[in-house]
Amino acid sequence: MKRAKTILTLLLSVSFTLLLLASCGGKEPSASEGSPQAPSGNPARTLSQIKESGKIIIGVFSDKAPFGYVDSNGTYQGYDVYFGNRIAKDLGVAAEYVSVEPASRVEYLVTGKVDLILANFTVTEERAQAVDFALPYMKVALGVVSPTNALITAPEQLSGKTLIVAKGTTAEMFFTKNYPEVKLLKFDQYTEAYEALLDGRGDAFSTDNTEVLAWALQNQGYTVGIERLGNLDIIAPAVQKGNTELLGWLNEEIVSLASEQFFHGNFEATLAPVYGDSVDPDNLVVEGGKLD
Amino acid sequence: MPDLGLNVLFEGSNFLRLLLGLWVTVKISLLSVSLSIILGFFLGILMTGKHPLIRILSTLYLEFVRIMPQLVLLFLVYFGLTKAFHVNLSGTASAILVFVLWGTAEMGDLVRSALISIPKHQYESASALGMTTPQVYRYIIAPQTLRRLLPLAINLTTRMIKTTSLVALIGVVEVLKVGQQIIEANRFHAPTAAMGIYGTIFLLYFLVCFLFSRLAKQAERYGKD
Repeated sequence: MKRAKTILTLLLSVSFTLLLLASCGGKEPSASEGSPQAPSGNPARTLSQIKESGKIIIGVFSDKAPFGYVDSNGTYQGYDVYFGNRIAKDLGVAAEYVSVEPASRVEYLVTGKVDLILANFTVTEERAQAVDFALPYMKVALGVVSPTNALITAPEQLSGKTLIVAKGTTAEMFFTKNYPEVKLLKFDQYTEAYEALLDGRGDAFSTDNTEVLAWALQNQGYTVGIERLGNLDIIAPAVQKGNTELLGWLNEEIVSLASEQFFHGNFEATLAPVYGDSVDPDNLVVEGGKLD
Repeated sequence: MPDLGLNVLFEGSNFLRLLLGLWVTVKISLLSVSLSIILGFFLGILMTGKHPLIRILSTLYLEFVRIMPQLVLLFLVYFGLTKAFHVNLSGTASAILVFVLWGTAEMGDLVRSALISIPKHQYESASALGMTTPQVYRYIIAPQTLRRLLPLAINLTTRMIKTTSLVALIGVVEVLKVGQQIIEANRFHAPTAAMGIYGTIFLLYFLVCFLFSRLAKQAERYGKD
């Protein structure tokens, strides 16, 4: 009995060691300490490494239409992807897309699992400490949607009234800070918030202007009375911290694309079918990384 | 009948993509379950032993894996290993590693409980008949343990199948993620598709899990004879 257990102990420890070894042995990084910054994860690939491998790995959203999504044929599409395809084309490589989630975008770059993130990545100070942002290619602000017959066109009209917001959004923070006299009705999910607005439980609903504009198009009797409110959030491609070579190339690319008004074309191809005339492209698109 | 948006399912290759996603789900869970059952069996036998060090170690392992949410384990393996040791595992490999670690712990505990539920006189009578220890396990203990273990193991399998929906967070596109992609891609021209797509996914999960419990029922009946 005792002997059987000793043998089992041995077997088990051997199998675990094997498992560990198997997982470690696969990709021993060769000379991983090469880069001067020595980031904590795998170092990002250089421009020449990307070109050599023949593909650039780009992290995008796969379920955020119309910015990053997968169409019914399984192909990645959207505003972010349109830009990604152009980057790959100008680098002379193929684009390989990886589906990322909002919370894992920074980690993907830190660990070098993708070369570039193009996933509606809003530039914030905290994020800028962990990754390097290139020049912006899009901007979003808050929008406020309300019933057309009781349209809210300025935030001051909301005092004493009820505004619906989604928890944890910039809208919630903005109104709590700047307009404390507005009563906030908070929901966890967007669907709940929109239903509350339809039920008349609030006078208006505020979130990213792209969201409310698209929603107002689908729902008759509702209009976006305020299209731009609060701080302008800018959206930019991000690379691993210290990957200055790729960053430099991206910035040049964005500046040079301005000459052909690339992002306006991108808007026409990917966003216009959804937003139609309800959105002025100049309210969303940033050309050459220049904010007005 | 309300419009369930089922037509979205048949646009392009949507349905095929759902099935491919289901295959990813089934592949990860089946691989993990088989490995877990083998490793868990050994762990369970070890845990019934009296060696204090083994006991402490196995309890620590079991509690650690059980208390940690699977999502945290997934992130630890997928991103953490790369950060700390420069080990770059693919999403699928990380998922299988985590599910095997989790499944082995759970399975080990199930085996342990099945083993100690076998009355002591079974061991003693077998020994009294002159059987050696391996013989006792092979002919007396194992058959009884297996029969007790079967429903529990199937339960673990179906739980694992359902938990694989978490792997989308480390970039593995499985059935639920494909479903969400389809819903979101059609958000503007078929806003009601969510009901139909989620309903289909529910059916797919149900079919897979149901198949397993049917198989287990068969095996149980077979084991009784």
